Amino acid sequence: MYDVIIIGGGPAGLTAGLYAARGGLKTLICEEKVFGGQIVMSYEVDNYPGFPKGISGMDLMDNFIKQAEKFGVEMNYDGVKSIEDEGKTKTVTLSSGTKLTTKTIIIAAGASPNKLNCPGEKKFTGKGVSYCATCDGAFFRGKKVAVVGGGDSAIEEALYLANLASKVYIIHRRDQLRAVKILQDRAFSNKKIEFIFNHVVKEIQGDKFVNGVLIENVQTKELSRLEVDGVFIYVGITPNTKFVEDLIKLDENGYIIVNDKMETNIPGIYAAGDIRVTPLRQVLTAAADGAIAASSAQIYIETKC
Amino acid sequence: MAEIHLTQSNWEEEVLNSDIPVLVDFWAPWCGPCRMVAPVVSEIAEEYKGKLKVGKLNTDEEPEIAVRYGIMSIPTLMIFKNGEVVDQIIGAVPKEYLVEKLQQVL
Repeated sequence: MYDVIIIGGGPAGLTAGLYAARGGLKTLICEEKVFGGQIVMSYEVDNYPGFPKGISGMDLMDNFIKQAEKFGVEMNYDGVKSIEDEGKTKTVTLSSGTKLTTKTIIIAAGASPNKLNCPGEKKFTGKGVSYCATCDGAFFRGKKVAVVGGGDSAIEEALYLANLASKVYIIHRRDQLRAVKILQDRAFSNKKIEFIFNHVVKEIQGDKFVNGVLIENVQTKELSRLEVDGVFIYVGITPNTKFVEDLIKLDENGYIIVNDKMETNIPGIYAAGDIRVTPLRQVLTAAADGAIAASSAQIYIETKC
Repeated sequence: MAEIHLTQSNWEEEVLNSDIPVLVDFWAPWCGPCRMVAPVVSEIAEEYKGKLKVGKLNTDEEPEIAVRYGIMSIPTLMIFKNGEVVDQIIGAVPKEYLVEKLQQVL
């Protein structure tokens, strides 16, 4: 029997693990894909306090993992299929079929990048279509690429790609960016970056590899083709809440509703990080959520179990 | 470490002329997801010892091989059988998914 099982090994889950294990709780973190979460795809994190020179997402998460390990957190690479509430105990069923019992659960499964869902996207994934500029940017050295999106991630990654590619088009469906001002200023002053506002991608084209995108002006509906070798997609995220939707209360967009103690509608089950309804989704806020969730779980175990 | 460090010079011997299937992990040091999936690849190498060879190819050190196999996204995991690519997985995936793919060729 675990005291706490944490679902997801990103900033929220790793911090929850660190706090729970440091508090003496028997703690397991289950991570289906990549320990570190979405932030390991970021080339540089320059707003996490304590690193005035900035730090790569990968190095920052390496530190999170080491620090959680130091306090004896167990970690496994297994997804979670479902969770059940039996009052004072809960059951977590892993993808492998193994059933584990625990007193509390912290759901920190984060969110996944959205797809464009246009023709060519799936076919050319890994053949010019990418969701990680840091991973794949080097394969586009001296080539032309398009970045789709207008938020912080899109602009940050476009700036990174501008160091490698000969030309970076930013295709955005609106007439202005959602990204914070400092990023906008950097992008607008970068000579390699060209903005294509009010356009959406209708099709990603190519033969063996991507050789262009078909774009549509959202106002005039006029179609045009842009010659590019790569398409990097940053069009928002969707919370990974499918496996808990029958049990846990979600908002209309699928995010978990919690109170300020990170408590969900089920006693002993908490949520933290990108997966919950929150006005800001950063490493810092996810980590803070994780700490609060672990502390709430500890109080629950001490008083209710 | 049970994985083989693959290079231009041992590629033919270790991958193309292997008697057993080979899982090749195309990776690079700057790639966060690559570094984070490395433990899964190591676990696979241990669990399938004798039945499957697992090798790692650094696309930074060996760009020619990466180009030859059309690698434009990492991590990419390629499964070779009798010198031919029989399957490939692009991006980080759950271990279960990888095991399922491997079972189809083993």
